[in-house]
Amino acid sequence: MRAAPYLLSLPALLLFAGVVIVPLAMTVLLSFHDWGQYKGIEPVFILKNWQEVLSDSYFHEMFWRTFRIAFFVTLLTAVFGAPEAYILNRMKSPWRGLFLLVILGPLLISVVARTLGWALLFGGNSGLINKALISMGLISAPLPFMFTETGMVVALAHVLMPYMVLAVWAALQRLDPQIENAAVALGAAPFTVLRRIVLPQVMPGILSGAIIVFALAASAFATPAIIGGRRLKVASTLAYDEFLNTLNWPLGAAVAVLLLLALIAVVVGASRLVERRYAQVFG
Amino acid sequence: MAFLTLEKLTKKFGPHLAVDGLSLDVEKGEFIALLGPSGCGKTTTLQMIAGFVDPTAGAIRLEGRDLLAIKPAKRGLGIVFQSYALFPHMTVAENVAFGLEMQGVAAVERTKRVAETLELVGLAAFSSRFPRQMSGGQQQRVALARALVIRPNILLLDEPLSNLDAKLREEMQIELRQIQRTVGTTTILVTHDQAEAMALSDRIVVMNQGRAEQIGPPHEAYERPATPFVANFLGKTNLVNGTTVRPEKISFGTSGLAGKVRTRIFQGNHWLYQVDTDSGLVTVIRQNTGEAMPAEGAMVHLVWGATP
Repeated sequence: MRAAPYLLSLPALLLFAGVVIVPLAMTVLLSFHDWGQYKGIEPVFILKNWQEVLSDSYFHEMFWRTFRIAFFVTLLTAVFGAPEAYILNRMKSPWRGLFLLVILGPLLISVVARTLGWALLFGGNSGLINKALISMGLISAPLPFMFTETGMVVALAHVLMPYMVLAVWAALQRLDPQIENAAVALGAAPFTVLRRIVLPQVMPGILSGAIIVFALAASAFATPAIIGGRRLKVASTLAYDEFLNTLNWPLGAAVAVLLLLALIAVVVGASRLVERRYAQVFG
Repeated sequence: MAFLTLEKLTKKFGPHLAVDGLSLDVEKGEFIALLGPSGCGKTTTLQMIAGFVDPTAGAIRLEGRDLLAIKPAKRGLGIVFQSYALFPHMTVAENVAFGLEMQGVAAVERTKRVAETLELVGLAAFSSRFPRQMSGGQQQRVALARALVIRPNILLLDEPLSNLDAKLREEMQIELRQIQRTVGTTTILVTHDQAEAMALSDRIVVMNQGRAEQIGPPHEAYERPATPFVANFLGKTNLVNGTTVRPEKISFGTSGLAGKVRTRIFQGNHWLYQVDTDSGLVTVIRQNTGEAMPAEGAMVHLVWGATP
């Protein structure tokens, strides 16, 4: 009797172990192996790769860049995504569905196709975006977007915006429909209602959206690879290069595992913070 | 001149007439109940007074001033919502203080008035709790305190007790009535519960399909219903040979309308009978005095006021 639940979940557990746990454990193991130009991978236990990754400023720069980009992407999606979700939530029936589709649209297109689209828009000094910005009189000289962090942040923010909008939207739907009227009746101006009543209540939604976006931005591969190119590497493109160009699999594994650990630390820390801050209030 | 005047107030949603030319004069300090089934327009009326819904036609005047020309945020009304709509991220004291803060009341005065109002609703000890940590009845009091602390012109109550269980509802009715008497705020209650409307209000507005069927003191509306709808909505009625008789006005006698007891239900303080007669099924309510009562299947005679 007691074994039945375990037996029933066994297929899923086996699949999970087979495609996640085992490869992950092998990657961790791999990061402790030795590698040489001519000898290839040697299955020994050394800390060389970890020492290199943790001490070399080349890697520091790369990880620092990865998290800087992820931070600005998160900030950008929050600043645009939260108001977007609020507007979406206030829309009436036919429009709401239509605009929800527009917002979710990016998820329906391959990341590579979307990023190449951004590359076309950014493209060099005569790119569409630069032309538009110049003709609007916002800038006088073309801004460099391709192979810059700015370009990566803009493209990633677009790719990851739906996650933020959905997280905030879910929080907005838990709002008491009368709560804004209650604040208005007490004399609050529209902006005060937003700042004092709505924003604090959707904050958990914004923060959980931020955790998702941050994790996805820090581990994104296709967008940094295309927009950043070989010149501007982040942790994931670095790991890719170590694996497939240098063929130094153990070093690549160390980079990948470090990225994973750093992300787990950030995500767990952030959700702990959110839980502690809001458990009492929103139970 | 009345304190609050609704003048031929009308609201159309598309082709549907939600409120149909409702006129009402409310005196200062009066407790008015808008009573009716769901969809009768009572909530829409309340929302038009509050300013959340714009009337299609008609006028609302408060002390002679046109209320419709004033923005909802400036009307100075206290509203208790059905869901209470408390701010979950604020403590009880912060919830109650919010309206005063919006009015620009100084911090010292604010603290004093919040404490006074929480005292009034019996929540002085709970000021630093969050709404989520309180029971439904307590949340209801917080909502009431939040509405009263701004010293509103009018207190609007939108089905305030409907989320409470029966016993608590009765307690809150008594308390609500006492608090309203103490502060003397003109109050408009929206409810579908006839017992609540009768227990609380000075006058009842019985509404049906957007129109006021009868406006008057509860006792009058109950004893002399203007329309069959009012008679039916305010308590149980029997229609016997063309006259309406309240079940509690019928007693068992030795002569009168003959019938046979179909069902007898014991409800503690009273018995509820259904009696088959030649004039149809008659409902009878008899006080439980401890005496023996006719059993199911017994032959009885029904007597009431007009019967010889």
